[in-house]
Amino acid sequence: MQTNAEAVDTPLDSALSKTKDPQYRMVNRIMCLHNYQPDALIETLHAAQDSFGCITLETMRYISHMLHLPLSRVYAVATFYHYFTLKPPGKHRCVLCMGTACYIAGAESIEKAITEKHHISPGETTSDGEISLLTARCLGSCGLAPAAIFDDKVMGQLTPKNVLKQLQDWRDHVADT
Amino acid sequence: MTDHRLQNSVRQRHSLHPEDIVTLVIDGQQLTADPNDTLLTIAQAHNIHIPTLCFLEGISAYGGCRVCLVEVEGYGKLVPACLTHPAEGIIVRTQSPRVIEYRKKIVELLLSERNHICSVCVTNGHCELQQLASTLGITHIRYPGLFPSLAIDASNTRFIHDPNRCVLCSRCVRVCAEIEGAHTWDIIHRGIKSRVSADLNQPWKEAVTCTGCGKCVQACPTGALSEQGKAVGEMLKKRYTESTT
Repeated sequence: MQTNAEAVDTPLDSALSKTKDPQYRMVNRIMCLHNYQPDALIETLHAAQDSFGCITLETMRYISHMLHLPLSRVYAVATFYHYFTLKPPGKHRCVLCMGTACYIAGAESIEKAITEKHHISPGETTSDGEISLLTARCLGSCGLAPAAIFDDKVMGQLTPKNVLKQLQDWRDHVADT
Repeated sequence: MTDHRLQNSVRQRHSLHPEDIVTLVIDGQQLTADPNDTLLTIAQAHNIHIPTLCFLEGISAYGGCRVCLVEVEGYGKLVPACLTHPAEGIIVRTQSPRVIEYRKKIVELLLSERNHICSVCVTNGHCELQQLASTLGITHIRYPGLFPSLAIDASNTRFIHDPNRCVLCSRCVRVCAEIEGAHTWDIIHRGIKSRVSADLNQPWKEAVTCTGCGKCVQACPTGALSEQGKAVGEMLKKRYTESTT
């Protein structure tokens, strides 16, 4: 076991340990399905993001090693697409709709209220890692304007007050029970 | 890519079938050419000057800077000469007022995007962007500058990367990937946030793939990549004072 711990330092052994790591199961499966072709980079990054919630430097090193791609190329692709995120997401996710209907109905004032209260702007996570604030172009629920998605639930007719209450409940772990 | 191009030029000299030759007009000159060549190489072979920035002989064409735009009669848009292959009978203009106006605007936009202050730049006097601007007669920039404040990476013992001077021509990216084979550089993020970075956005010194060959520094048209010790602030006037003792 001692030799194993030392060997993890080299890229090859670090990669070998990940091929058997159950956390990397989906990532390995996607790479295997594509026969470890460099073209499978985007699919693999998707799998990594689905497995870990974000793409860490460690994961990028592993993918670059397995697909025989330069590190810089993996990083470039991961940062090019807005879907991929390098920062770990918060425990709860609030996606605020910024579509035309929601914007007119006051989505901006909601965003401002959240920024003031929780000190996060869209794309950021609170320092305690509880809440991530995101914005969307349109949720397709314009009848509910202003709308937002709290975790997986779409809610409408929001006001700064009830949005802040929901976020505070998350921070106070009210809904966790 | 380089091999492919080499093969093309060899084929042009030795075994191009007469039927494959196309005729075209560039700036009033009747020319014959290989359809596999680009308008830029054809023009250069006939001493017609088309300004370029991201194009570098020996590495793949990229068409990112748009400085080599030319007008082709019948095409609605201007086309980049470095990537366009000739078709039979096309009429190309490289110096029409429309082309020159576009070219000026493009170079002005490049200048407005980062901090291109020549007087304190390492490459002042040897800069391709500076030469380009002066040959196009650009004295003022009609767009407000962004003047971003980007961190300079001087971690490498021999070179400096100053993203404030970068025009994102990607010459360093291509020369590193295609000639050196290291692919240490790549363009990260997108749009206005685009930046050239080494490996996983690491300081240059920590980039494990970098071989320290310096090809990127040679390829860089501006002062974005330079050698250590050449910056204006690092130049010391050697002043000898007379010793009184």
